[in-house]
Parts: sequence; C-alpha cells; structure tokens
Amino acid sequence: MKLKTTLTLAASLMATTAIAQDKQITVASWGGSYQEAQSKALFEPAEANMGIKIKQESYGGMSDVRLQVQTGQVTLDVVSSGSGSAARAAAEGLLEEIDYSVVDASSFIPSTRGSHCVGGDVFSTVYAWNTDTYGEDGPQSWADFWDVEKFPGKRAYRNKVAGALEPAIMADGVAPEDVYEVLSSEEGIERALNKIRELRPHIDVFWSSGAQHAQLMKDGEVDMTTGWNGRFDNAAKDGAQVMYSFNQALLDYDCFAIPKGAPNKDLAMEFLAEISKPEYQDDLPKYITYGPTNLAAYETGVISAEVAAGLPSSPDNAAMQMPVSLEWYAEWETIAAEMYAEMLTE
Amino acid sequence: MQTVRINQSGLRTDERLERLKLFGLSSPALLMILVILVLPVGWLFYVSFIGANGEFSLENYERMISRKSYARIFWTTFQVSFLTTGLCILIGYPLAYFLSQLPPRLANLGLITVLLPFWTSLLVRTYAWLVLLQKQGLVNDWAISLGLWDEPIKMVHNMTGTLIGMVHIMLPFLILPVYGAMRSIDLDLMKAASNLGANPRRAFWNVFFPLTMPGLMAGALMVFILCLGFFVTPAVLGGGKVIMVSMQIVSNIELFVNWGAASALGVVLLVLTVAILWIASRFLNLEQMTGGGGH
Repeated sequence: MKLKTTLTLAASLMATTAIAQDKQITVASWGGSYQEAQSKALFEPAEANMGIKIKQESYGGMSDVRLQVQTGQVTLDVVSSGSGSAARAAAEGLLEEIDYSVVDASSFIPSTRGSHCVGGDVFSTVYAWNTDTYGEDGPQSWADFWDVEKFPGKRAYRNKVAGALEPAIMADGVAPEDVYEVLSSEEGIERALNKIRELRPHIDVFWSSGAQHAQLMKDGEVDMTTGWNGRFDNAAKDGAQVMYSFNQALLDYDCFAIPKGAPNKDLAMEFLAEISKPEYQDDLPKYITYGPTNLAAYETGVISAEVAAGLPSSPDNAAMQMPVSLEWYAEWETIAAEMYAEMLTE
Repeated sequence: MQTVRINQSGLRTDERLERLKLFGLSSPALLMILVILVLPVGWLFYVSFIGANGEFSLENYERMISRKSYARIFWTTFQVSFLTTGLCILIGYPLAYFLSQLPPRLANLGLITVLLPFWTSLLVRTYAWLVLLQKQGLVNDWAISLGLWDEPIKMVHNMTGTLIGMVHIMLPFLILPVYGAMRSIDLDLMKAASNLGANPRRAFWNVFFPLTMPGLMAGALMVFILCLGFFVTPAVLGGGKVIMVSMQIVSNIELFVNWGAASALGVVLLVLTVAILWIASRFLNLEQMTGGGGH
C-alpha cells in the first residue's frame, strides 16, 4: 500500500516535471519577507493548480525591465512592481496591456485595475517606532515623527523620493487632502525638502529597501523609521520591538505586470488571472499584513474579522490614510527625484 | 665588412620577425581588449551624448554642471578614495615590512592571512562589518561591557564605517606589491649604510624606503583607482549618506529614461581616472629613476 502511494507520488511528480519543461514562466519580485509571502500565498499554489513551473527571481525594479525591453532580451514574464513605477513604465511602453477578458478583475478595488498592471496587494507607507524607546504611545502623526523634543532619538528615512515628500509636507502642516496640490510645483517640492533638511541631523540612515528598514528596527539601530507596514509586522513576529500607526499613512498598492515581449506572454496572462482570484488573494495576509485588491477575497471566510481590521485596506484604517496619487508621480517624479538626490548629497 | 653588414641586416630581420611573433602571441589578448574594453567604452562615450529625445545633445553633461550634487558626489568619491589609500599605506606598509623581515615560512603564513579575506565574498565582508560596528553590534557591546566607553559609539552608517570596510577590502592590494618590493631589496645595502655610519633610522629612510617606493606607488595607485569605482561597501556602510559616483550611476539608470545620463557620469569618472593615472605615471617614473636606481 505504502509502496503504491510512493509510486503514484513519484509518477505524478515525474508527470509534473514533464509538463513543467514545456510550460514555465519567470516571475520577478522584491525578495525578502514580501516575496516569501507572495511565494507561499500565490506562486506555489498557482504552480500546483496550473501544472506549470514558476521560476522565481528577485530584481531591481523597472530599470531591469527597461534594459531587457530595450535590448530585446526579455527573460521575465511577470514582474511585481509598485503602482507608481508601473504607471511610468507603461507610459514608456515597457509593459504589455492587461487583457481583462482573461483576468477577471470585476470585484477589484477600481483604482487597482491598471491598464498595464493588475493590483496584487494594498500596503501602507507608515512611521514605525521602537517600543523599547517610546513604549506603546509612540508618534501618532508625521508632525510627531518630526518632533525630536517630544520623541528624541535617531530616525531612518527613505533614500528615494517615492513616499518621502508627502510625510514631510504633512509634518509642515499641510492637510492630507491638499498634499499633492502643494507638491505640484518646484516650490512645493522644495518646501518638503526643506522640512527633511530640518530633520536631517537626526536621520542616521537613508534606507534603500524594505529588508533594510525592517533590519534597522530589529537591530535597534534607529528609534523611528518610515517604511512599509507588512515588513514591520513580520519583524515584530521575529521579536523586533516595533509598532506603527496608520494615521496619516500613505495608502498604496503593488501590482503585477508583463514586460513587453515577454517570452511566455499568454501563459503569464493566465497566471495573472489565476493569482487574482479571491481564493489566492485571501491567503496573502497570513504571511504579510497587506490587504487584497480583490474585494471578493474578504468573502471567502479565510480572512478573519480580526486580521481584516489590521490590514491597510480595512475601511477603518483606510479612512485614516492618504491615497497615493499616481497622476502626481507620472508628472513630477523625475523632477522631484533629481531634487531629492540633490538634497541627499548635501 | 661585408659579413658585418649581412649580420646586421640578418639581425634586423630576426628582430622584426621576433616582434611579429610576439605580436601574434599577444593578439588574443589585444583582440579581447578591443572587444570587451575599447568598443564598449566607445559606445559609452557615444551614448553619453544622446539626450532624452534620442538626438545628439550635451544635456547629460550640462546637468552635471548645473546640479551641484554631481560636484559633491565626485568630491566624496575622491575624498573616500584618497583617505582609504592613505589609511591603507599607514596600516599596510608596516605590516608588509614586518612580513618581509620574517623567516620565509612564517612570512608565507602571514601572507596567507593577508590573502584570506580574498576568499570571502566582498558582500559578506561588508555585511559582517555592519554587524560588528552597529549600535548594538559586537564592538560596541564588548567595549561597553569592558568599560572602554559608556554609550554606543556611532561607527557605521557614515564615513567612518565606509572607510573601515574599504580599508579592510583594499589592504591586500597595497601589501602585496610593497611586500614584493621589500623582498627584492638586497639587505647588504642596509649593512653598507650602517657601515658608512648611518643609524638604523637613517638607513631605513635613506636606503630602504626609497627602494620600496615603486612597489608602494604601484600599490597605492591600484587601491586609489579601485576605490573610485566602489559601490557595495559605501552603499551598505555609508547609511545612504556617503554617495559615490557608481551609486549615482545606478540611480541615474533608474531615474532617467535614457542611458545617456548614467553614461556621462561613467565617462567623466573614466576621464578623471585616466588623468590621475597619467599624472601619477609621471611621478612614478620619476620615483623609479631615483628610487629604483639601485637595481
């Protein structure tokens, strides 16, 4: 009996490898605890259910895609991307259009149904603090993050402009709903930069990745940092003394895109259709506290009310936050990024 | 008379033949340099003059002048490279001297120790320094428990950490040529100096040190040039505040749609490096003429 089971298992394994050789796609994401979560909730189940082989890579973002598309050497079939950089890449013509007759996104949050990028999860850019330093009553606004008298200690801040100007301008007293209006001029951007310059003596590290800001909090290297909420929850699970708040946080989403000229474009589209289903998306919060973009995922019964309440996209949490404007990034990111880089070298 | 002329022309033919053969022997290397160095660098030059709209333009160079950050980045790059080279000389020269005075077997053991870090990846060594030097890292923990200092000292995420990491990585590049130069020095020269009445210090500075100069210059130059292109170590240990040219090249690739912006940075770094090499080579020859005269 046992032998028979083993044999069947071996046979089915061999069958899978046989299929795998014909049907394989390469998926690139950001590595760290984020890709691990995607892998467990989305990629591995899709691999099993679709009977295909999914080769995972981590990559450096849309500049990798640009290099591949411009040189005609596209190896990636699907990339996981931030919404803003995907919008820019789409405008550059680097991405295939999403075929919504294949991908069913009818129950998606409308704004996450991009023409060239289908939403994968909802996340927040938050401020996190070390509970050893400040206890549970840490900063509750960006103004508090800037207040070094009330909250003395070292800060970490992002080394790129995405999600870095909005907190500064809010700390300078601009209401969340006016943030992008104020930032839509070089003077407005300069105003935000000046606010960062003001905090700069207290900024020990300008972080470059989610893995890094999580590590900084784990190691107690800084007392407060900006960063992506899910990474902090995973760091806390690993024993880091870290908490964060959604108040005034930046609500954003990640998405999946197909590089122009991807070798297995059609299979990649089917793969996107598969992982966009609610029964996949409802598993992601088990591994990282990012919310589903497919609202039907809340109705499968997998996401408990308690878990849902902790997700960035829960109605209560979303109400406290400011949605990131893709239009602003499309128009201003290059200029703002240059000015930001200028500030970093001072 | 006749035979002399025949011999002379025969010798000349031989010489020409030999040169041709040598050229033939080195042609694979020359071809490789052409294919993997000259052509790509030429392409780099070309691309750096292509603007955002795909036409010939000087905008990539104009940007480097109009934006103050580029001058600061180049300044940081040279500052870091210069300091690393200086520290490598200060630490490496005495170590090489010590090794050169050991009996061969011990010296070999010492050299293996010097080379050991080469067997570990640069990335691993860099992150190891991060773990050692951070606020709650090993160094601070031990120093505080030993009572050396009370508060954690900030040794990383700044220039200090960058320099520590880079000096550690670059040290073998300085020690090896210096050690080589020291080993080849005829120690009888030192005895002769003493015989002529020089005290040990004078014998060292007037005889030994000048003879090691070619090795030292070669090592220092190698360290300096390699430092100019460093990426990982300042990126990890600099805390995002020590920004060198290679890091800016990466951000320009991410930031701008065209490759020109990043290529122009590469071109300027290359030109500056070649200029330094050229200036240094003049001094180096000078040193060899004075310092290497004993050989």
